Amino acid sequence: MSKSLSWFNVTALVLGFAFLYIPILLLVIYSFNASRLVTIWGGFSTQWYGALLENEQLLDAAWVTLRVAFLSSLVATVLGTMAALALTRYGRFFGRSLFSGMTYAPLVMPEVITGLSLLLLFVAIGLERGFWTITLAHITFTMCFVAVVVQSRLVTFDRSLEEAALDLGCPPFKTFFIITLPLILPAVVSGFMLAFTLSMDDLVIASFTTGPGATTLPMRIYSQVRMGVTPEINAICTVMIGIVTVVVVFASIMTKRQEAQRKRDEQAAAAH
Amino acid sequence: MATAGEKGIGRLFVIAVPYLWLLVLFLVPFLIVLKISLSQDVIAQPPYAPLLDLSQGWAGFVDFLSQLNFDNYVYVLDWNNEFLDAYGSSLIIAAVSTVLLLLVGYPIAYAMARAPRTLQPTLLMLVILPFWTSFLIRVYAWIGILSQDGLLNQALQALGLIDAPLEILNTDLAVYIGIVYSYLPFMVLPLYAALEKLDGTLLEAAEDLGCPPMRAFWLVTFPLSLPGVAAGCLLCFIPAVGEFVIPDLLGGSDTLMIGKSLWTEFTVNRSWTASSAVAVLLLIVLVVPIVIYQNIQARQLEAGK
Repeated sequence: MSKSLSWFNVTALVLGFAFLYIPILLLVIYSFNASRLVTIWGGFSTQWYGALLENEQLLDAAWVTLRVAFLSSLVATVLGTMAALALTRYGRFFGRSLFSGMTYAPLVMPEVITGLSLLLLFVAIGLERGFWTITLAHITFTMCFVAVVVQSRLVTFDRSLEEAALDLGCPPFKTFFIITLPLILPAVVSGFMLAFTLSMDDLVIASFTTGPGATTLPMRIYSQVRMGVTPEINAICTVMIGIVTVVVVFASIMTKRQEAQRKRDEQAAAAH
Repeated sequence: MATAGEKGIGRLFVIAVPYLWLLVLFLVPFLIVLKISLSQDVIAQPPYAPLLDLSQGWAGFVDFLSQLNFDNYVYVLDWNNEFLDAYGSSLIIAAVSTVLLLLVGYPIAYAMARAPRTLQPTLLMLVILPFWTSFLIRVYAWIGILSQDGLLNQALQALGLIDAPLEILNTDLAVYIGIVYSYLPFMVLPLYAALEKLDGTLLEAAEDLGCPPMRAFWLVTFPLSLPGVAAGCLLCFIPAVGEFVIPDLLGGSDTLMIGKSLWTEFTVNRSWTASSAVAVLLLIVLVVPIVIYQNIQARQLEAGK
């Protein structure tokens, strides 16, 4: 590529990342603002973090959110991985295009439609709304994201190892757990993390499918934001951003290390 | 070799479980929405009639069919009720935002694909990281920036660029900024995936044959990145049409978007039947782009990249 374009590339990257990160950075900075007014700097303070710990409604909501996210992403990972296997490994089966359609549609489906339709289902079958209905709803829309992530790994997967195991008499079920799963594990883990954050993040679907007694953190934040911007919301947002950043960076370092280890193993195996 | 029976049961299990799950929790709910959109509001729990009473068998079903009515569609499609305006303005806002996203996202994706190989994983992570942080938080961050006494107005006034604060929050402009900001990773990632695969020798050949870089871009790079452009645009356009949080928090009271109308119809007017009709019509508007998106996604994933 000609060097004359590089200044253009650098500008594009700098402006692009500035656009992506400055709003988040400002939000974090103003969570340490001593002033009650969010937009006027009144000195450094951590008082809003202290206030968080005493806000029981917020802590309750955070606890509900974490439980829903953990449970739903766990089930979604299993179901999504199965869907990915079904779509990549099992060739044609009855109603396959309907199945693949149902797997990809939720990725772009407007949340208001998904939320409303699930609510109407829960009402129609007489299920009491609350923790469990949010969890069911979250499993449904996040399993599709897991399926796509795992599927993109499965299509680039070398099947000869699996075939070797099957030829040597290893039952398919066992082959999956000792050969396939370890190889696709990084994709399954990123699918799980994606499902977890999507569940933690969701406002619209949770608002439709919840009932009395189950308020999630985004619902709580949303109702506070509607009443006005406060440093306390900045503080809770900063905590969430901090957790996500640590987890994502840690996970990506782990994956990189595993990848490097795998390459070394493969090279060592080839040398023998 | 595994016996056919074992393989058959395992295969059936792996297909049937997610299949049934999606049938019951994704497809059936849509049929219920369709059915309720053809029902009448009643003051009861659940607040609509008729109910499908299967215990009466065929007679019950015929009775159910005869009670279906299209009043909700007449109501939603009435020009006086602003729903049609909301559909129109949602489509316009989503289309304009998608074009803006392409203009902002393409240079970023292009620069990422041209960056040194060793730097690319880090750049990729930097694009994905904001996507992992809460959508609501990222929209919320803009309220403090765009408001009357917000940081943007403070900065512009301090620089002497403006005398009076600009009114940006609670306007359509704020909605555009919000959509472009929160959907940017969805645009950049498919574009980057397409550009990264691009065969550099094609561009070298064009250069050797005396093609100026700009022309080479339009003749070689851009056409080859079109699958990424299509995926990115659909991935942004479809959810943006039904967007609720951004117009609600950043837009003004005169910002009409159908996701917000549906929410209001449901939570404020408490009409389940009318909001179902709004949802059905929204789905009809979106069904063509959704099917195109599914086909692109299936082709990319199932053919192997």
